Amino acid sequence: MTVALTPVSSRRRGSGRARESLLALAMLAPSIVILVTFVLYPLGRAVFLGRQRCDAQARNCRTNGWGQYLDIAKSDEFQHALWVTVKFALLTVPVGVLLGLGLAVLADKHLRGVRFFRTVFSSTVATSVAVASLMWLFLLQPSRGVLANIDWLNSLFPVMKRPGLLNDPGTALTSVAVSSIWANLGFTFIVVTAGLQSIPRELHESAYVDGASPWRRFTDVTVPMLSPTLVFVAVVLTSRAFQAYGEIDLLTNGGPTPQDSTTTLTYLVYGSSSVARSDAGLQSGVAVLLFVVLLALSALQLRGLGRRVHYGNE
Amino acid sequence: MATVRLESLTKMFDGVTAVDDVTLDIADREFMVLLGPSGCGKSTLLRMIAGLEAPTSGVVSIGGVAVNDVEPKERDVAMVFQSYALYPHKTVRANIEFPLKVRKVPKAERAAAAEQAAAALGLTDYLGRKPGQLSGGQRQRVALARAIVRQPAVFCMDEPLSNLDAKLRSETRAELVALHQRLSSTFVYVTHDQVEAMTMGTRVAVMHSGRLEQVGTPAEVYARPASVFVAGFIGTPPMNVLPAGLADGPDDERSLQVGIRPEHVVIDDTSSLRATVALVEQLGHEVLVYCQVGDTRIVVRGAAGGDAVARVGDEVGLRLPAEHRHHFDPTTGRRVDR
Repeated sequence: MTVALTPVSSRRRGSGRARESLLALAMLAPSIVILVTFVLYPLGRAVFLGRQRCDAQARNCRTNGWGQYLDIAKSDEFQHALWVTVKFALLTVPVGVLLGLGLAVLADKHLRGVRFFRTVFSSTVATSVAVASLMWLFLLQPSRGVLANIDWLNSLFPVMKRPGLLNDPGTALTSVAVSSIWANLGFTFIVVTAGLQSIPRELHESAYVDGASPWRRFTDVTVPMLSPTLVFVAVVLTSRAFQAYGEIDLLTNGGPTPQDSTTTLTYLVYGSSSVARSDAGLQSGVAVLLFVVLLALSALQLRGLGRRVHYGNE
Repeated sequence: MATVRLESLTKMFDGVTAVDDVTLDIADREFMVLLGPSGCGKSTLLRMIAGLEAPTSGVVSIGGVAVNDVEPKERDVAMVFQSYALYPHKTVRANIEFPLKVRKVPKAERAAAAEQAAAALGLTDYLGRKPGQLSGGQRQRVALARAIVRQPAVFCMDEPLSNLDAKLRSETRAELVALHQRLSSTFVYVTHDQVEAMTMGTRVAVMHSGRLEQVGTPAEVYARPASVFVAGFIGTPPMNVLPAGLADGPDDERSLQVGIRPEHVVIDDTSSLRATVALVEQLGHEVLVYCQVGDTRIVVRGAAGGDAVARVGDEVGLRLPAEHRHHFDPTTGRRVDR
């Protein structure tokens, strides 16, 4: 009897498993469809396009082979844009992290009216890149900009008036970086504030009773306990810096020309005055290379910094 | 010399009184236990001694000097927290050395001191580990080592055993008492556990709603509770408190609440106080009989197999010997000595 029953029960189990798999597939389907449609297919298409030369609509293409990636990487335009991007990240990320950390630490005190400052500091998170950039444009615009027309600032930095911070090849990138730092400050502030609030109060109190000065408590308790948050913020800000586009498009258009002082990799892909603009193949090539650079950089950051970071109680 | 003196100490948080006019003298080298239920203000009192909270009014003196305006680090106190407050990113050695490091003690000296403190608490083998790699009991000892390493005059401990399991807790109680004797420092120890208070304290200060209910040796507090609250807080099970008029006795006693410890109640069928047995708990070495007299529950403790044996539903007589009775004013709850 039992011998006869075995195949029946295993068949039942088998069909149950199949039904379970089907159900799982049905439930996963929406995610899979979205992932394939909006991530995997475009990525594959971009990698494929990157080996071709096309017109702007990517209709008439001829393949140039995988060597096209090497040609792009070796080109002056790509290397210049990569260098500008690196400079932009170096200008925005460290200052952005330090400013966000500083403001969050200041606003973490239990002082009267500190909520007002918290709201103000985090408000840029609700400000779109377009609005932020326009605001900075109005501030820096040489003829009518508010900052550009403060007399003592003008006499200190004549470049503000002529040709204007955004129009001088020496100051354009820094000015865009300032706008970008400002726009990202709300994000950094909120994340670091959340990190600060998760540090147990007793750690500070214990250090306080043991005689640690406020600076000592900051370096020996706050920073180490906050390190995972700071690494996260640094990785996100770096990735944002490498993909910054809106502020550059609105403030400088990749210029000033002919130095292309603010032509970053993303601007090289999309920018209206970019040399790659009229060729979907070249655009894709640069985009794929940017993806590779960013992937490598994030991995390096997480591995390099991650080793020195304390994650919880492991 | 490190006496601690609290004079009319009051602490208010946003209009709520956490500590209400507490005056307490803690002698040099005393092990003073602040005992009370959660929210009674005992931790706030301790934090005012350590300098983590500023009193709303009153004076904190350590070693005869008022320290209200003195930073914690100048008070020569060390604090052990319930959560241990170890730095998770530092090794055990770095944790223990930290109080010396911030005081700029030379490296060799602080290494020696840390090793000595670690040895005293059996942590020598764990100096290179991080707190996350230690058990609860070991972490607790690291917190103690960090407190003793700079040999403070006063130790403030805020429920340091609460996060340990029962067995480890009783072991650590004995270790703490030994540590107190060895260090000859003043200990101020906060707990809600009456067993800790009774077994460790030279004196116990019982707190309730921000006020001091009673200060005395554990034996005094047990034998002569100053209020119904103390009577009900100390002892397992706590003292039986009968409403005025329930127990038989002379007229002047009948207007008072009568308290009696469970071990002093005698089951005696000749007694006129009749009760129904509601529950019998056999604990091996003793038996607890829960009796009901109207709305009042009276617990009787007896030796296992002794006189107190009764069955649920039995009607029994209870005798409350006069020499073991305590009397309390029904309105104030304070002790009345007749």
